[in-house]
Amino acid sequence: MQVPSPFEYERATSVEHALELLARLGPDARLLAGGHSLLPMMKLRLASPEYLIDIDPLAGELGYVREQDGEVRIGAMTRHRELLESELLARRVAIFTDAERVIADPVVRNRGTIGGALCQADPAEDLSAVCAAADARVVVRGRDGERVLDMRAFHRGAYETAVEDGEMVTEIRVPLHPGAGSAYEKVERRVGDWAVVAAGAAVRLSDGTIEHAAIALAAVGGDVTSPAAAEALAGRPPSEELFAEAAGIAAAGCSPVTDQRGSAEYKRHVAAELTLRALRRATARALREES
Amino acid sequence: MQVAMSVNGEERGAEVEPRLLLVHYLRDVLGLTGTHWGCDTSNCGTCVVLMDGEPVKSCTLLAATAAGHEITTVEGMERDGVLDPVQQGFHEEHGLQCGFCTPGMMLTARALLDRNANPTDHEIRTAISGQICRCTGYATIVRSIRWAAEHANEGARA
Repeated sequence: MQVPSPFEYERATSVEHALELLARLGPDARLLAGGHSLLPMMKLRLASPEYLIDIDPLAGELGYVREQDGEVRIGAMTRHRELLESELLARRVAIFTDAERVIADPVVRNRGTIGGALCQADPAEDLSAVCAAADARVVVRGRDGERVLDMRAFHRGAYETAVEDGEMVTEIRVPLHPGAGSAYEKVERRVGDWAVVAAGAAVRLSDGTIEHAAIALAAVGGDVTSPAAAEALAGRPPSEELFAEAAGIAAAGCSPVTDQRGSAEYKRHVAAELTLRALRRATARALREES
Repeated sequence: MQVAMSVNGEERGAEVEPRLLLVHYLRDVLGLTGTHWGCDTSNCGTCVVLMDGEPVKSCTLLAATAAGHEITTVEGMERDGVLDPVQQGFHEEHGLQCGFCTPGMMLTARALLDRNANPTDHEIRTAISGQICRCTGYATIVRSIRWAAEHANEGARA
């Protein structure tokens, strides 16, 4: 039987209350959002926080997907299922919908949250790659105010983010652009397993050329994004050859490791293929958006 | 700490450790052993119960978090001696062999049918994709849920 170490339990009733508890309880306190990353870590005793601040009651205050000021704003407690069912995301930033179809399983998606996933920063986690490809920014709030970070500043690597003691993620902001399209592709061994490899792509088209592109990979180590691949795409008209070139750059730049999900060589091959497929679909969506 | 929640329509409270998981609260504190305890890693789905009508894995949820919510377990499916059509469907279509996955499967099916009265086989398979039957009787489980959809108003005497 897997049982977490003992902890003191607090229940936050508002963001302000959660921040007050974080300040009072200090660095040994952890926020519990949907619990589908932290509780398994605690059951395995990989995490043993002294205090747990349950923010389940914030599911209302921080549970939303809405369009505002040219962005999609997503509350940190928005559950995977709500992201999957969001008509706004499906229409404008479909990379989220693609990813949510294959994140964990439907029952886990009823609990897990976007804020929890980003803060866990598991190296095989999907939403960090999705947000990086979508040029999302993360709102981190402390008692003294807010910081708004892009994914490059927010996501520091495996299990590490820019969130400091006494701070919490409250919102994710995804920019909306005309002529934009995005897509996510993932290979997993079975439903609910972590990705063997996953790739996200976002492109913005203008007058038949790619004005801006972003590529992000999950489960292949190191840097989530591939700036070199994005650079190769910018300013050129979309074509199958160009996609293959960018996919090759992204795959060459990632650092997969051999494990039970496959050899490094296999994963690098899959990374190239998935990047190619994501670019194709993202561009097709951008063309539909443009016309 | 004191927790209290509605379980199968009845207010149930107890003094528990904060680290107590909902599955153990239901089984060990309340004696509702219909909720099974399987992989302990939120993979197998036999511990699924409904929280406010939606399926959740009770091995990955603190009893403390569930406090104040409405929990439905397999014991709450039958009403006044009448089986839920989902339960009847599992009986009619042989939806179980060993029965270990059955409570979770049936509750997920109940939640699916509450949102979508006439799901396709694909929608049924997607809904139960986070739950494992090792007998393995997925084909009959899908048929059982389909039976329940087709006989939505036909309760049977238990």
